Amino acid sequence: MKKTPLHDAHVQSNAKMAEFAGYDMPIQYPDGVMTEHNWTRNNAGIFDVSHMGQLTLSGESVVEFLEKITPSTFSTLKDNVAKYTVLTNEEGGMVDDLIVTRLSDTKFFAVVNGACKDKDIAWMKQHMPSSVTLTHHEDRALIALQGPKAEKVLREALEIDAGDLNYMRFMEFGGRCWVSRLGYTGEDGFEISMPEEDANTAWERLLAHDDVKTIGLAARDSLRLEMGYPLYGHDIDATTSPVEADSTWIMGKKDNKTFIGAQRVLDELENGASRKRVGIKITGKGVAREGAEVFDETGENQIGVLTSGGFSPTLQQAIGQAYINADNAKTGTTVIVRVRGRDIEAEITNMPFVQAKTKKAVKKAA
Amino acid sequence: MSNVKYTNDHEWLKIEDDTAWVGITTYARHALGDLVFLELPEVGRKVEKGDDFAVVESVKAASEIYTPVTGEIVEVNESLQDNLDDLKEDIDTGWIVKVKMDNPDEAADLMDKSAYDSFVEGLD
Repeated sequence: MKKTPLHDAHVQSNAKMAEFAGYDMPIQYPDGVMTEHNWTRNNAGIFDVSHMGQLTLSGESVVEFLEKITPSTFSTLKDNVAKYTVLTNEEGGMVDDLIVTRLSDTKFFAVVNGACKDKDIAWMKQHMPSSVTLTHHEDRALIALQGPKAEKVLREALEIDAGDLNYMRFMEFGGRCWVSRLGYTGEDGFEISMPEEDANTAWERLLAHDDVKTIGLAARDSLRLEMGYPLYGHDIDATTSPVEADSTWIMGKKDNKTFIGAQRVLDELENGASRKRVGIKITGKGVAREGAEVFDETGENQIGVLTSGGFSPTLQQAIGQAYINADNAKTGTTVIVRVRGRDIEAEITNMPFVQAKTKKAVKKAA
Repeated sequence: MSNVKYTNDHEWLKIEDDTAWVGITTYARHALGDLVFLELPEVGRKVEKGDDFAVVESVKAASEIYTPVTGEIVEVNESLQDNLDDLKEDIDTGWIVKVKMDNPDEAADLMDKSAYDSFVEGLD
């Protein structure tokens, strides 16, 4: 099993470790999921996400390449702005989801899922013109710092002042750190890419701050679930299109019509998809997990299936994501979720379940 | 005097005549983490040794609780659903169900306290 540069630090913190994306990763620390989750919502949490793939794509035709492998538009994106998008396959499904940051018109930084990175790199190379170069930064660590106190912690622990950095914006710091103001929790926060030899010092300095606790992958999952963010391999996969996944916002003004898999995606934009990813709030007693079948109110006709599910520490209620037949997917619809043969009442809801508190745009005085 | 036995699935049983009070051990409670829901069986349900009869849900996962004895569930501790902190290794208040055993000898093969403690010690 692979290890991140921070592996020893997790073991020394008595984290419960388990395999994730081929790495031995911290699932939770001794405080437990509930405490870690709430701490991130109220203070600041640090997450080792060094298992994720960090790539640089550069070259004269890199914009065209990105507009071929994703349904988004990069020609009009401003420098140092990050964008969430997906790699589509020929059938209009998804190879992965990722964050792409424009550094210049010939250079982009991408962060992809750890479990998908080898597949993604192979996929990109298969479709890449010879004028584009892909660099996989296997020698860099990635630390997420998330929570309402993240900006303060970043300044006090790492002496990085991000006060002027807006949401979904990127800056380089000291030539070594790449700081992006974004994350997977819905809180204000940062993902900090750094050379692996700097990772342990940065982690120790962050952890020494009174407002900081280490957060494992279990709380990372409950935090993202409250935000309604999809998790690749669960809520989105090779069969789900951006229209089904309710992610057409990633297509912006929808002026990219030549990406891989465009035929199905454009057809679904025009005529609708047969199923849709929705939020599910469990109103009865119990918790429903991935794979639970969803029925209409009578409990007789199956209308979908849960792709993620768990307990929301913020709402103190079970929530989930499901794919539901388009005809039954209206917000507010009462549904039945079947868990181990027991029918639990639930409701189709909009997402996020919990309001995002990401950084509001800083308006510069004229 | 009651007789307490343990299983390698981390359940405890308090045995009084042909009735077993079944609960989960401190080790199991700790491993499960923050509990959010307990699904209980109906009184009168027949269970076979090895059947799951209850499910505990934590934030992250669902875990089944198995019966180490065959018999009929004669009482369910429903108050646990609203007091999940009471689900622990307390032989007076932490029991989940009482099982009227078809064959009380089944419990004889289970571990006693000292055997279970050594079993747990060997796990980490």
